[in-house]
Amino acid sequence: MIRADGLVKTFGSRTAVDGISFAVAPGEVLGFLGPNGAGKTTTMRMLAGFVPPTAGRAEICGHDIGEAPVAAKQKLGYLPEGAPSYGEMTPGDFLAFIGRIRGLSGANLSRRLADVTGRLQLGDVLHQPIETLSKGFRRRVGLAQAILHDPPVLILDEPTDGLDPNQKHEVRELIQAMAPGKVIVISTHILEEVDAVCTRAIIIANGRIVADEQPATLIHRSRFHGAVTVRLTRSADLPAVAADLAALAGVRTVETDPHEFAVTAFPREGERLLTTVSSLATERRWPVEDLRLEAGRLDEVFRAITTGPAPAGGA
Amino acid sequence: MGVIRTIAGRELQSYFATPLAYVFIVIFLALTGLFTFYLGGFYERGQADLSPFFNFHPWLYLFLVPAIAMRLWAEERKSGSVELLMTLPVTLWQAVVAKFLAAWLFIAVALVLTFPIWITVNYLGDPDNGVIVAAYIGSLLMAGGFLAIGSCISAANRNQVVAFIITVVICFVFMLAGFPLVLDLFSAWLPGALLDAVASLSFLTHFTAISKGVLDVRDVLYFLLVIGVWLVATTIVLDLRKAD
Repeated sequence: MIRADGLVKTFGSRTAVDGISFAVAPGEVLGFLGPNGAGKTTTMRMLAGFVPPTAGRAEICGHDIGEAPVAAKQKLGYLPEGAPSYGEMTPGDFLAFIGRIRGLSGANLSRRLADVTGRLQLGDVLHQPIETLSKGFRRRVGLAQAILHDPPVLILDEPTDGLDPNQKHEVRELIQAMAPGKVIVISTHILEEVDAVCTRAIIIANGRIVADEQPATLIHRSRFHGAVTVRLTRSADLPAVAADLAALAGVRTVETDPHEFAVTAFPREGERLLTTVSSLATERRWPVEDLRLEAGRLDEVFRAITTGPAPAGGA
Repeated sequence: MGVIRTIAGRELQSYFATPLAYVFIVIFLALTGLFTFYLGGFYERGQADLSPFFNFHPWLYLFLVPAIAMRLWAEERKSGSVELLMTLPVTLWQAVVAKFLAAWLFIAVALVLTFPIWITVNYLGDPDNGVIVAAYIGSLLMAGGFLAIGSCISAANRNQVVAFIITVVICFVFMLAGFPLVLDLFSAWLPGALLDAVASLSFLTHFTAISKGVLDVRDVLYFLLVIGVWLVATTIVLDLRKAD
């Protein structure tokens, strides 16, 4: 269980985090989203006990991070931004060092080491100095360090940054596999990641929470949600198609994209368009190349929320 | 205690994982030998003691100890590993003490490796070995004082070179606090009692007393106090600046 209560952090006259409160329960994977400089990393540092908050408090599994830091940190696995480690050490020595600090020893330590090096596929590089490893391996060493003691709470600052698509996929699977029974908070600026692994998304802008909902609900905020896009062959009469679509009863407005040779019809509130549009297309014999129902575009929601005036709905 | 030993062990290992340890030890041994025999006139004096050896220790430490100390915290802050260390279930105090002890132990190793000179003087004559043991203890204590100062300055700076230079300057002031060079800076505006207090802070005075074979509790306590105070200062500085 993580609880943040009115966290504020100011650096001089600049307010990096401006009153953030939320609670995360076991089983939840919370995605922290926001533009660079929005206060994601500072918030995570306050949760992990690295940066003391200017105001407010945070607790990990019931232990106040300011008053009982050691007890709170024992329950926590933390991947700092950039996955720092001791470059001159090998992953094997480094992980053993972390394990001993976390109170693991003997067979228990060996078992945990074998488990995380297997999960993160570090077997081949266990005896090379960390500073000679690629960015992807270094990130995985950082992840291994965070999950070594099988903590009930994980805070991961950009866990997939610097990984290739295959590695990203593996790390997401790892997070999903660990999710049941754990509290996991990840920050990312990759929106598909939120969709792929998170059960809940918090968007931060200018140090405040501007959205806190499930990724699916978030996506419904997109103006593309429920819209139907028809892409046509180059021979088609694009303005005529657009005019026909605009004349449909359920259609609020249409947009044409001359580059893609596509028309998107946006529905009125509560209307469903796909069947009407597809029967119209058949009836008029449009040369359709592609017809699809838009789920919504997360990047567009993200842009609208973080750049526009702050909408209601924050926690 | 387990945590302190684990962190100190890792630190020591990292000294020997880089050329730092070997370079330091070789230069330390070469310079002590050079100073003792050429500048100190070890043979020419015709006395069976190690004072030409110990007399140069403060000057060697003035440059070599800050070189060890500068990386203690500046490097952790620069590489970001301080964030990792401070989010492990470790108190700030444990981390500060562990890193200090590792560096001090390392200097102790370098000091122990000067043993051939002790054997030499025993071979050549009949020195007072009690005085030599006291001087070794005094030398190690003085190194600890320099190191604690360096630890605090290193915590305050991200840049190792800046940390080195500031540490050298502060160590120099502490070393010569009892001498006109430093005292004259204060004599114009400090009342007599405080001036005496400044003078009594001199590393050199306390070290010279010990190295003459007088292992006075007050001199030992002085160095331990210096170490304690600067380590507390390190903890405070780190708490304020670790995330900057």
